Amino acid sequence: MAVRLTIWGCRGSVPTPGPNTIEYGGNTSCIELSLEDGGVVVLDAGSGIRPLGLDLLARGTRRIHLFLTHLHLDHLEGLRFFAPLWDERVTLDVWGPSSPVLGLRERILRAFSPPLFPVDFRDVPARVAFHDDPRKPWTSGGISITADLVLHPGPTVGFRIDTGKSSVAYLPDHEPALAGISGKPREWVSGAALAHGADLLLHDAQYFEDEYAARIGWGHSSVADAVAFSHVVGARHLVLFHHEPDHSDRTLERLEDRARELSGRDGSPPTLAREGMVFELP
Amino acid sequence: MLPPQAMAEVDSHRQKHLVLILAREFASNLATPTLIADARGRLVYYNEAAEAVLGRRFAEAGEMELDEWTASFAPRTSDAVPIPAQRRPARIALDEQRAAHQRYQVTSADGIEREVEVTAFPLFAHADEFVGIVAIFWRS
Repeated sequence: MAVRLTIWGCRGSVPTPGPNTIEYGGNTSCIELSLEDGGVVVLDAGSGIRPLGLDLLARGTRRIHLFLTHLHLDHLEGLRFFAPLWDERVTLDVWGPSSPVLGLRERILRAFSPPLFPVDFRDVPARVAFHDDPRKPWTSGGISITADLVLHPGPTVGFRIDTGKSSVAYLPDHEPALAGISGKPREWVSGAALAHGADLLLHDAQYFEDEYAARIGWGHSSVADAVAFSHVVGARHLVLFHHEPDHSDRTLERLEDRARELSGRDGSPPTLAREGMVFELP
Repeated sequence: MLPPQAMAEVDSHRQKHLVLILAREFASNLATPTLIADARGRLVYYNEAAEAVLGRRFAEAGEMELDEWTASFAPRTSDAVPIPAQRRPARIALDEQRAAHQRYQVTSADGIEREVEVTAFPLFAHADEFVGIVAIFWRS
């Protein structure tokens, strides 16, 4: 095993606790990559990063790299409650998309200031460094992470993780249909280079088709577009991600049925992302 | 360290910069003739409205060097003086990374002489990240 990928949060937009979301989870986006050398990489800091943080401290993890796809709250809100941040023994490197206007640090620190939060970032005991997402692949512990801008309101990236033997594409907030998915060269399809031939594709599938029709331009995909994108890029296994907060577990299962209907019988059937889901990557 | 082929896999299928993808989508929905070139000066797209002016479909022409493309239309002043490449708006936007505007005559691929006004401007994703240009043709 080179990498263990664990989903700690896959809900979109806002945390959704309650009896209707027990099975697939209500925490917002957060993925853990446990590397063979003991290193830990975290993708996004939605509310799922809170239980992850407790787990990391219990495991004695002291060095963490956090890669943010973008700074919408559902991908950032958990950072303030990330236990390693409040431990002086921890070193945390935070990577995120650069902005034409403000640096990553300045934009993130807005979430650590009144009236949004009572504690100033100066009082955070962990050693924290902020970096713009690397323009070249970033390598550590036998993996490389490639970031590229993708279609979503505001500066937003997707990530591709390569182990040398397998690959994962993580595009949790992505609306490629806005610039077209089918019928054009792949280099013109948002996110296609990141997801090309990926063994595992975690992709935004927030809406049913009729829901999407009323939300075009909001930055998210219909299940049909997620399946179409997966086909265009030749991904081997599509994992439906960024669940709509109004979708109960049963509704999500209908979404999965729809994805499988659209996907046809070839290849691995699409599956719903679920909190606690683990993928072992060679 | 990863095997080189793993890195090459991403590079060989590199996505156009998102700003170019958005510019193309924007242009494809405009009735105003518009072309897009990348930061290296390669013409990567022109829209259907531009096809009507230029007399050649983009699908037939494909990507090419901007100078090669503009030269094929023999741009010249109203006095029939050829306009050198470096004085054409698209080349100014590319080389000097500033907006430029000019009226000139062209002979398009269908042999018809046309008077056009061209506005070209650079695209910056960040202050230090030049990703290409947009050129718009205003028909008289």
